[in-house]
Amino acid sequence: MEFLIQILNGIQYGLLLFLLASGLTLIFGIMGVINLAHGSFYMVGAYLAYWLARETGSLWLALPIGVVISIAIGVLLESALIRRLYQRDHLYQVLLTFGLILIFEELRSILFGNDVHGVPIPPALNFSIPLTETLSYPVYRLFISGVCLALAAALYFVIQKTRIGMMVRAGNSNREMAQVLGVNIPLLYTLVFAFGVALAAFAGMIAAPVSSVFPGMGNQILIICFVVVVIGGIGSIKGAMVAALLIGIADTLGKVLLPEYSGMAVYLLMAAVLIWRPQGLFQAT
Amino acid sequence: MADAALRVSGLTRRFGGVVAVNDVTLEVAGNAVHAVIGPNGAGKSTLANLLSGDLRPSAGTIVFDGTDISRLPADRRSRMGIGRSYQKTNVFREFTALENCRLAAQSRDPHPFNWFRDALSYRGILEGAERALATVGLKARMAVPAGHLSHGEQRQLEIAMCLATRPRVLILDEPLAGMGTEESAAMVDLLRAIAADHAVLLVEHDMDAVFALARVLTVMVNGVVLDTGDPQKVRANPAVQSAYLGRPEDHA
Amino acid sequence: MREPPNITRVLLLLGLASLALFPLTGSTFYIQLLTKIMIMAIFAMSLDLIVGYTGLVSLGHSAFFGFAGYVLALTAPRYEAVSLWLTLPVSMAATGILALAIGVLVLRTAGIYFIMVTLAFAQMLYYLFHDTKLGGGSDGIYLHARPSLAIGDISLLNLANHAHFYYLVLAFLLAVYFLLRQVLASPFGRVLVGIKANEARVRALGFQVFNYKLGAFVLAGALAGLAGYLAACQFGFVNPEILSWHYSGVVLMMLILGGMGRLYGAVIGAFAFVLVQELFSYQDIFGEYAKRWQLAMGGFIVLVVLLLPRGLADLMERAGRRPESESANG
Repeated sequence: MEFLIQILNGIQYGLLLFLLASGLTLIFGIMGVINLAHGSFYMVGAYLAYWLARETGSLWLALPIGVVISIAIGVLLESALIRRLYQRDHLYQVLLTFGLILIFEELRSILFGNDVHGVPIPPALNFSIPLTETLSYPVYRLFISGVCLALAAALYFVIQKTRIGMMVRAGNSNREMAQVLGVNIPLLYTLVFAFGVALAAFAGMIAAPVSSVFPGMGNQILIICFVVVVIGGIGSIKGAMVAALLIGIADTLGKVLLPEYSGMAVYLLMAAVLIWRPQGLFQAT
Repeated sequence: MADAALRVSGLTRRFGGVVAVNDVTLEVAGNAVHAVIGPNGAGKSTLANLLSGDLRPSAGTIVFDGTDISRLPADRRSRMGIGRSYQKTNVFREFTALENCRLAAQSRDPHPFNWFRDALSYRGILEGAERALATVGLKARMAVPAGHLSHGEQRQLEIAMCLATRPRVLILDEPLAGMGTEESAAMVDLLRAIAADHAVLLVEHDMDAVFALARVLTVMVNGVVLDTGDPQKVRANPAVQSAYLGRPEDHA
Repeated sequence: MREPPNITRVLLLLGLASLALFPLTGSTFYIQLLTKIMIMAIFAMSLDLIVGYTGLVSLGHSAFFGFAGYVLALTAPRYEAVSLWLTLPVSMAATGILALAIGVLVLRTAGIYFIMVTLAFAQMLYYLFHDTKLGGGSDGIYLHARPSLAIGDISLLNLANHAHFYYLVLAFLLAVYFLLRQVLASPFGRVLVGIKANEARVRALGFQVFNYKLGAFVLAGALAGLAGYLAACQFGFVNPEILSWHYSGVVLMMLILGGMGRLYGAVIGAFAFVLVQELFSYQDIFGEYAKRWQLAMGGFIVLVVLLLPRGLADLMERAGRRPESESANG
């Protein structure tokens, strides 16, 4: 039964990773931009949740406000900076977004200081479901998993079945052709980027009550996201899901079974995939 | 140069639903030019890529001098003696013409572990590069960065790089592309000289060049070989005329 | 390799002369600062080999820098000085082997994947030293005595003396510069430059591209290890932070700032970057804001990427060429 709890935790962590990684892989796959600051958006979300929940008294209010703010941040960043990176060497993308990380970290320090903060779980969800006589599982964590799954399904539906999704897929495979066919590429890119930022921030917001809010949280999770994308395959949402769940479970089990080496488990998994399939498990959507 | 034989059988390449090269069988042998012609989209460049190793076949085999090379990577095939020039000029633009050929020549004599000798001190390699440049007529321009050469000169450089690798079979993808009349005539003379001691597979659109040079002619349409054999015989084939060539009277 | 114009050469020689004479000023703080910069310059040059010349953008180079320091710390006895003759080759060889092991895996990828997997492997090494007892955990390990440089009973250099250490590092800086220049002029090096220019063509010409990339990766790793060894000597301790990707990002930035693809650019970049960083954190100028120097650094990085992508060396070269062409016409 304890094992089941760990598996549930692993799945929850994996689904959260999926939210982050799907934004990252979309931005890579469609715009060809590698964005090191993606973890910072996760951090922005968490700190927004902390601040807004404190000011409004309710996480439910904080969520929509936070999403709107992060979309605005995304649009601003894309139009001011990110769009200058599109046709450039990945090296410059890496460095510019690295500079952004430093800026975000320092802004966070100025605005919120360097302490660890907590965000209270909303009272409506602050209870546990009993699994056995002695063990129970927090409902809030199930909520997180549920929301991520719902978003994943919505994302899949939009990309596979709608016109916008078709444009995204077209822009993914052939930018010039899509443009000639009337797709407004610059607008599409702004939307995709802002959406990626919002996804990351939203993930940070709903995770804040369980993971707490602390400096460096963005960088930690960013690299795991990269591993998800490498294993899953750039541009593939399906790959991101499979890889995220794999990593979520591997990481959680690793912490339980081999605590000293748990940090490395994820990278060993990546090394194994690299040996077998260097281009990732799946192709782009 | 000993006769080199490149034998292709049932070669097929699919891209998703499209069959770009469909069950192609042909042979490149002897010291002569085997030309491949056809309308755009016929699969000629794909065929060239399959032979050089830039693409893997979906089905079929390629045998070079008795060895099955179908699954071998491009660098292995190059080392075995298959040289290639590109339709879209693919030179090192920042390097001089000489350095382009020198690097090509170095591939035969790589010295990868000798970090303490300058590349330029290997006289044999330099001379091989200079010879290749002289053969194509670019010796006077050898110190010019490749990006500053005229289009025709860059096409010549493509051939020189190919020659510098001392190939036994050359796969030339539209070497006359974008050339004016004088340049084309010079290129045809060059190709004739090369064919005197190499087997050459020539993918081309320029009909004058093709009929001046080819001993064997293959016509491809939509990925399929329509006809192959003696150029005059193929040219007279009504199917070939309606698909691609038009009647002989149409060529003045 | 492109030869720099004459005025650039003159400036570089002047810079070298100033470096050689600087310790005579006796200012310990600045001697130590310049030593640190020279060590970073070696680190940056090693990165230039794979990024600037071979076109492999690695975000995990600090793994080799840090690993060499740890090898020294782990092989050096607690309170005795060890011989540099012994420990330096050991550190570099161990780092080279690490680079070989990682290279064989990461070089199977390219482009964005390559950037991410190099980052991930560096992070793996970070966790190895941070979480396990191998490397003293997050506190790191102290180096209580610096390695000695001696022949028999005669001590050649006293490394605890700042000026002596400075000259040792300067000697290594020059040695690495000339070594890399030679390697790049060799047949091996010419292929590397070709790979950056047009990898597919190099392969089509018959070169086994993977092997060349691996060779460059291992050499770059070993040289980064040299820098890391010297850094460990200077700081007197090693901790997991020197393996962090933050460090990898910083050295990459030095390369861009100075100008990649010309070795001296890496050196200029190291100087410029550290000096800018010192400037931003200098309280006498910026007062309260000096504590927020990371904000300024972040902004500085963004500006350099947008406005000066080819780096200071390119600026210098273009400025150097104009007066020359004027004198040719005039």
